[in-house]
Amino acid sequence: MSLTESVLAGNRLALARLLTQVENDSPEGRRALAELFPHTGRAHLIGITGAPGTGKSSLVNQLALHYRKGTDRKVAIVAVDPSSPFTGGAVLGDRVRMRDLSGDSGIFIRSMAARGSLGGIAKKTAALVQVFDAAGYEIIIIETVGAGQSEVDVARLAHTTVVVEAPGLGDEIQAIKAGILEIADVLVINKADRPGVENTERALRSTLELAHPARRVFRHHGQTMSVSAPAIDSTTWIPPINKTVATEGKGIAAVIASIAKHVEHLRQSGDWAARDRARLESEMETLLREALLDRFFASVQQVKYEETIEKVINRNISPYEAVKYLLNGKQV
Amino acid sequence: MTEKKIRVLVAKPGLDGHDRGAKVVARALRDAGMEVIYTGLRQTPEMIAEAALQEDVDVVGLSILSGAHMALAPRILELLKKNGQDQVRVFIGGIIPDEDLPRLKEMGITGIYGPGASTEDIIKEVRAAVQLRGA
Ligand SMILES: Nc1nc2c(ncn2[C@@H]2O[C@H](COP(=O)(O)OP(=O)(O)OP(=O)(O)O)[C@@H](O)[C@H]2O)c(=O)[nH]1
Ligand SMILES: [Mg+2]
Repeated sequence: MSLTESVLAGNRLALARLLTQVENDSPEGRRALAELFPHTGRAHLIGITGAPGTGKSSLVNQLALHYRKGTDRKVAIVAVDPSSPFTGGAVLGDRVRMRDLSGDSGIFIRSMAARGSLGGIAKKTAALVQVFDAAGYEIIIIETVGAGQSEVDVARLAHTTVVVEAPGLGDEIQAIKAGILEIADVLVINKADRPGVENTERALRSTLELAHPARRVFRHHGQTMSVSAPAIDSTTWIPPINKTVATEGKGIAAVIASIAKHVEHLRQSGDWAARDRARLESEMETLLREALLDRFFASVQQVKYEETIEKVINRNISPYEAVKYLLNGKQV
Repeated sequence: MTEKKIRVLVAKPGLDGHDRGAKVVARALRDAGMEVIYTGLRQTPEMIAEAALQEDVDVVGLSILSGAHMALAPRILELLKKNGQDQVRVFIGGIIPDEDLPRLKEMGITGIYGPGASTEDIIKEVRAAVQLRGA
C-alpha cells in the first residue's frame, strides 16, 4: 500500500509521516498531495487566532472535546507557532493545553513551526489541512498567533475565523488596530473570569458598531421596516460576541452554536463556495509565483544576474529596469 | 524542497512537579535549529507515545526526576514500538543512578544526562543519533 492509500484507509502513522513529507515539500509529499486532492473539500476549516496568551489553545481543547461529543466526526488540529528567525528552530507549546484530547483516536493534533513565513501562518499550513481533509477529518481547527499578517492569512484559509480576545490587553486600541473586524466571523472574549471583561466587551461592541452601523428602523404604513447602508442587508453577517472561560469549559456551547450559525450563513449566502474559490485561487497563485521564480532562476545565467545587480547597486539602472532586462533580455 | 528539520518531543512523565530542566533543554534545542514540541507536565507513557506519533518526531526527550525511570522508560519504548515508531531515538534527562545506566542503554535509550550535563553535548548527540537514522 502506498503512503497515500494508507492515509485514506485511516492509518495514523502513515498520516503523520505524510504530513512531514508535505511540510518538507518533498517529491513524495507533492505526489501525495496531487493524489489526495480529489478527496478534499469536505471539511469545515475553523481558524482560531488572537494575541499571544489569550487562551486560544485552551479554547481549541474545549471546542475539540465538544465536537467529539456524541459524534464520530474526526477532528484535526493544526497549531502553528513562530520559528526563531535567527536559528530556524521553534518551541511548539500548544499541546500543553490540549491534554484532555489525549487518548481519543478521532482527534489528531499536529504542531507546526511557521518556518520561513514571517511571524505568520506557515507556507505549508494549507497543504497540511488538505491532507487532513482528504483523510476524512471533518472539522479542522487551525490555531495561529495573531500577529498582523497571520490573522489575515488564517482568515483566507479558513471558512470560519474565530478571534480570541482577553481582558486586560489594552483592548480598545488592539481591537481597532488589528482590523479584526475584517477577518473575525466569531468573536470570543476568553478569561471571562478575569476583571475587565465588561471593558473588553464594550470596546468590541463599539468597534463592531463602527463597522456595522445599527440599522435605522422606521415605520411605513404601520409596518416596521428597516433601512440600512447599502452594504448591509439582512444577509450581512455580524460577528457574534461570546464570553468563555476556556480553562473551565464555560461558554463553549455558545461558541459552537455561533460557528454553526456561521456555516449556515455561508451556505445560504453562497459564501462557502466563494471562500473555497478564493482560497484555491490564492493557493494556485502562490504556487504559480514560486514556480515562475524557480523557472527564472533555472534559466538565467548567473553571471548576467550578478552583473545586473551590480548595475543596480552602482545606480546605473533602476531595479525596475533590471527586471525588465532580466526578463526580456533588452539592453538598458 | 525545504530543509528537513529535526523534530523533538520534550515530555515530562511522572508526577514530580517541575519542568525547569525540560524547558532549558527545549530552548537549547530550539536554538540549535530544531523544532521542539513541548508537552508539559505529568504525561503518561500513552500520552507521550501518542504525541510522538502525531508529531512524527525523530527524537523523544524525557525529563524524569521522580526515580520512576526504570518503569517509565521501557513502557514508553514499548509503546513507540507498538505504534511502528521503532526508529525514534529516546533520551532521558534527570537524576538517574549510575547502576541503572547499563540497563537503560540495553533496553534502547540512546542518551542519558544528569543535572550537570551540558546542553552542547545533548545537541551534538541528538544530531548524531538522527543523522545515523537518516543514513
Ligand atoms: N483565568 C483564565 N485563564 C485562562 C483561561 N483560558 C486560558 N487561560 C490561561 O491562559 C494561559 C494561556 O493559555 P493558552 O491556551 O496557552 O493561550 P494561547 O492563546 O494558546 O497562547 P499562545 O499559543 O502562546 O499564544 C494559560 O496559563 C491558561 O491556563 C480562562 O478562561 N481564564
Ligand atoms: Mg496556543
